[in-house]
Amino acid sequence: MAKHIITLNTASLQKTIHIGGCGECQTSCQSACKTSCTVGNQVCQK
Amino acid sequence: MKLHKFYLNGVYIVLDINSGAVHIVDKIAFDVLDVFEGHNDAAVLAAFAGEYPATQLTEVLDELHALISQGLLFAPEVAVPPTYSVKPLVKSLCLHVAHDCNLRCGYCFAGTGDFGRDRGLMPKEVGERAVEFIIENSGPRRQSEIDFFGGEPLLNMETVRHVVEYARRREKETGKVFKLTLTTNGTLLTDDIIQYLNKNNISLVLSLDGRREVHDRMRPCADGSGSYDDALHWIHKTVQAREGQNYYLRGTFTAYNLDFAADVLAMADEGFTQLSVEPVIGKDTDYELKAEHLPALFRQYEELAQTYLDRKLAGNGFDFFHFNLDINNGPCVAKRLSGCGAGHEYFAVTPEGELYPCHQFVGREEYRLGNVFTGLEAARQPLVERFRQAHVLNKPECRRCWARFYCSGGCHANAHLFNGTIDKPYQVGCELQKKRLECALMIQAKLSLAQAGKSGREG
Repeated sequence: MAKHIITLNTASLQKTIHIGGCGECQTSCQSACKTSCTVGNQVCQK
Repeated sequence: MKLHKFYLNGVYIVLDINSGAVHIVDKIAFDVLDVFEGHNDAAVLAAFAGEYPATQLTEVLDELHALISQGLLFAPEVAVPPTYSVKPLVKSLCLHVAHDCNLRCGYCFAGTGDFGRDRGLMPKEVGERAVEFIIENSGPRRQSEIDFFGGEPLLNMETVRHVVEYARRREKETGKVFKLTLTTNGTLLTDDIIQYLNKNNISLVLSLDGRREVHDRMRPCADGSGSYDDALHWIHKTVQAREGQNYYLRGTFTAYNLDFAADVLAMADEGFTQLSVEPVIGKDTDYELKAEHLPALFRQYEELAQTYLDRKLAGNGFDFFHFNLDINNGPCVAKRLSGCGAGHEYFAVTPEGELYPCHQFVGREEYRLGNVFTGLEAARQPLVERFRQAHVLNKPECRRCWARFYCSGGCHANAHLFNGTIDKPYQVGCELQKKRLECALMIQAKLSLAQAGKSGREG
């Protein structure tokens, strides 16, 4: 067990290069803010 | 740049930019990463020989190498994915059903509702054509979105009701699914409208700026009186009627309330749980946010993050849009590049049916792209393509930024307003975004540690 590092997630952006892009997720600006377009807090709908 | 590391609220955090992996590390590992580049173990051992025992340094290096082999540290640069299709598909529209408003908000980018033009309402026919525009241009994409926007959309409920009915009918005929949202200041809501919006599953973005005095200063009625009491009364009724679901309270902070965390908490204390409070966009105004305000605003985000965390852990939490971060099931690379989609996947429709890259570009004539009756003009396709290509891997400043896969490169309209081009992001916005993201990552770390029964890795 690691003594110095705790990894919070194993999801890798790299894996989504070939499988993403369906566009079924929510539009980022539309969802709540209507002035900034953060995507980090969007959730994949797949 | 492949890593971003920072210390916040008692935890050392490392973000592996190209994989999205988030690591909580101890002080030794944090320091080692100042020197370690993935292969130079000897240099690390030499650099920290007098500071840390060799056995501990070796342990850290072993753990770092294990992460590299799992693709969770120093992951390679991300290229534009093949799934970022050549031909953009339209996924959402912002319908300006009313270029008019009953309020006279001081910071309104729509110029108190009229977008610098005549005040006007969208006819039903334009709304119908907008629905058809999505159907015709969304290809195989099933989910689409329509936001009823203004001005104040409740000034034109006749068209809203008509478009809702039309869209629901076309859903059945085409297999498309329209997620409907309405953005309102709340003051014109009635019991009948609340019932209608709930019954038709229309999401709401409800404008409230927090404390009464803050709200009333920037959001007066046309006669100059404050709108807070009316707005709060109807927003409470609405949220209660939909049992606290399917809404966001959306506020704006300005240079007049640099202590905006108090406004977020004022809304939480009113019992609302879905909150989004955004920095104002203004140029050459008294209320605009400037670089000199950043230190104070950073402290506010940090304080807000702490209170957010405390309340979550105590079981009386609320959601703050920018702190909600799904690090396990976030968006794909293609989405992170397309961002809001303005100008290629997302368009605003004026009451006359004209198409613009987004609601904030309405009125900037050089950005008019076509109309819903004849579609995007062929002559404007290069501009559409320019929006498509204005993503984080193509913008020099974004390519170098650690937050590039979380912010999607910032708002094009803000970039254009401040820098005259959509290719250079608005700097104050970038700095605030990065602070919000650090706070969000810290919250994830703290919640994870709390779940595991640990307090941190002060090391």
